[in-house]
Amino acid sequence: MSRSPIVSPLRRVNWGVVLTALPLLVWIVGLVLWPQLGLLLQSFYKVGGDTVTLANYLSIFQDSDLIFLRVFGKTLLYTLAIAALTLIVAYPMAFILAKVLKGRQKLVFILLLATPFWVNELIRVYAWIGLLRETGVVNYLLVDVLRVLPAPIEFLYNDIAMLVVFVYSFLLLMLLPIYSSLDGLDDTLIQAAQNLGADRISVFRYVVWPASLPGVTSGLILVFTLSFSNYLIPTLVGGKSSLWVTQLIYNRFVVATNWNLGAAYSFILLAIASLVVWGLLKLTGQSLKKVLGS
Amino acid sequence: MNPISSPSPARLATPFALPWAKLLRWIYVALFLLYLYLPLGIVALLAFNDSDLPALPWRGFTLDWFFDPTGDRKGIFNDPQMLGAMGTSLLVALGVTALCLVVGTTAAFLFERYPFPGSAALYFAMVATIVIPGVILGVALLSTGNLVITVLRDWLGRPFVSAIGLSSLLRPGLFLVILGQFSFIGALATIIIAGRLRRFPIEQERAAMDLGATRFQAILRVTVPYLMPALVSAGVVSFLSSFENFNTTLFLIGNQPTLPILFFSRLRFEITPQINAVSVLLMVGAMSLGLLSLLLGRRNSPEG
Repeated sequence: MSRSPIVSPLRRVNWGVVLTALPLLVWIVGLVLWPQLGLLLQSFYKVGGDTVTLANYLSIFQDSDLIFLRVFGKTLLYTLAIAALTLIVAYPMAFILAKVLKGRQKLVFILLLATPFWVNELIRVYAWIGLLRETGVVNYLLVDVLRVLPAPIEFLYNDIAMLVVFVYSFLLLMLLPIYSSLDGLDDTLIQAAQNLGADRISVFRYVVWPASLPGVTSGLILVFTLSFSNYLIPTLVGGKSSLWVTQLIYNRFVVATNWNLGAAYSFILLAIASLVVWGLLKLTGQSLKKVLGS
Repeated sequence: MNPISSPSPARLATPFALPWAKLLRWIYVALFLLYLYLPLGIVALLAFNDSDLPALPWRGFTLDWFFDPTGDRKGIFNDPQMLGAMGTSLLVALGVTALCLVVGTTAAFLFERYPFPGSAALYFAMVATIVIPGVILGVALLSTGNLVITVLRDWLGRPFVSAIGLSSLLRPGLFLVILGQFSFIGALATIIIAGRLRRFPIEQERAAMDLGATRFQAILRVTVPYLMPALVSAGVVSFLSSFENFNTTLFLIGNQPTLPILFFSRLRFEITPQINAVSVLLMVGAMSLGLLSLLLGRRNSPEG
């Protein structure tokens, strides 16, 4: 290694560092922090008013039928269920991919599993509409081919359809991080545990599960935040009773054009989402940088 | 690790081996793949069905929903609105990708090479954009744009602000769409590029400088080629994320819809096999781009 003749490269390119920092600063300050702060400020004013007030936030306890609280609570509950379901469906596949398949077979499976992930979310939702709607493929099979049903049923526009599509849409966001955590687990560790007499359940509990935890956390966070803030799936697949919190926010901004109230709703969503993410990180002993940053 | 027992892959390959476990495993894998692919396969199939509804039964093969010579059915290539939206999406995605690559690379260098006070906080704010709901990013940017217009008008006067085109830039439209999408896709690009830069053996850059290269030349000739696989995959991720973005775009779009926005509004009002045809094009495009980047990344980076 030769480093002698270089006169501290840092000093020579100080202007370079400034130039490097500028785009990042403009981006984070101008496009992220400032707009978010502006929205936060806005949420403390009434429409057209100029005194600071908590009225927008308090209004959620006063609106008819407590609609916001009910929708919000339901969204939160469903989102947690979606994250848990996705974990259950994806985990075995991640394990098989990381620890059972080898070599060429493994590569083929990675490609097979990653490919649908590149397809637009809208198309993935539309695919399920085509399957489940009244004139859809499932009804065709049940009514015209198998003749188990006398007449088509509408399988869309209910909570179960919505859950199925949510899990479908975010499956790979759960699978890939768990896979990469498990892939990093040294195979000899599993073997050592087996040699020491551990049964399958103990191997899973004390070796496999802890090793997969960073991936599980990152998968849960991704699936949770993306379903919580999703607008498409509840709008296209959910029924009238499946109102989602993002639809309420959208209505405030676009239909009722009450931006201040919409901003307050947005921040409640952001606060609760952050709280859940924080809780997940605490629960699993991970950090955001470790989970998302590598 | 204590290497008392040499690892035997054969035994490890079946750590959960019970007679029925293996069968169960393959049933699960088969169902999993069916769940992933069947819906998409049917969408693609119905794009070629000679029927006015995107539904079974199969009534024969047609390309009407792509090119319709008679005009009764609206093929995508006979639909100016659809073609326009594709062009708009392409323009936006290229803009976002260019921004992501440039800013992502500079940000990666900053985070990996030059620790500065507040660096961790800035990194946190950047990563947070991935978890902030896209809808909120869009709304916040929209209202900031409005605010800037109002303030500038008070300062500089309405005619001047409109004359330099600022007010139309900061109103809903493609410029805001690009900025809004970039505000979080940039974080994805930065993370990908920084991940590879972290593994770059910095001695190589020093060696180049020992041999007479300037620092800038060393970065351009040695470091950037090393980063190439990461740049390719960051580029593909940025392009696809932008092309498919709906949530952030929804609030920022003006009167020129991107493809997802048009797709969404068509979906709500009338579903025809034309939507399947668009889906086929997008699926083929996205899948081949994705596969390409995976294969390129794999070939160019033997060490990961």
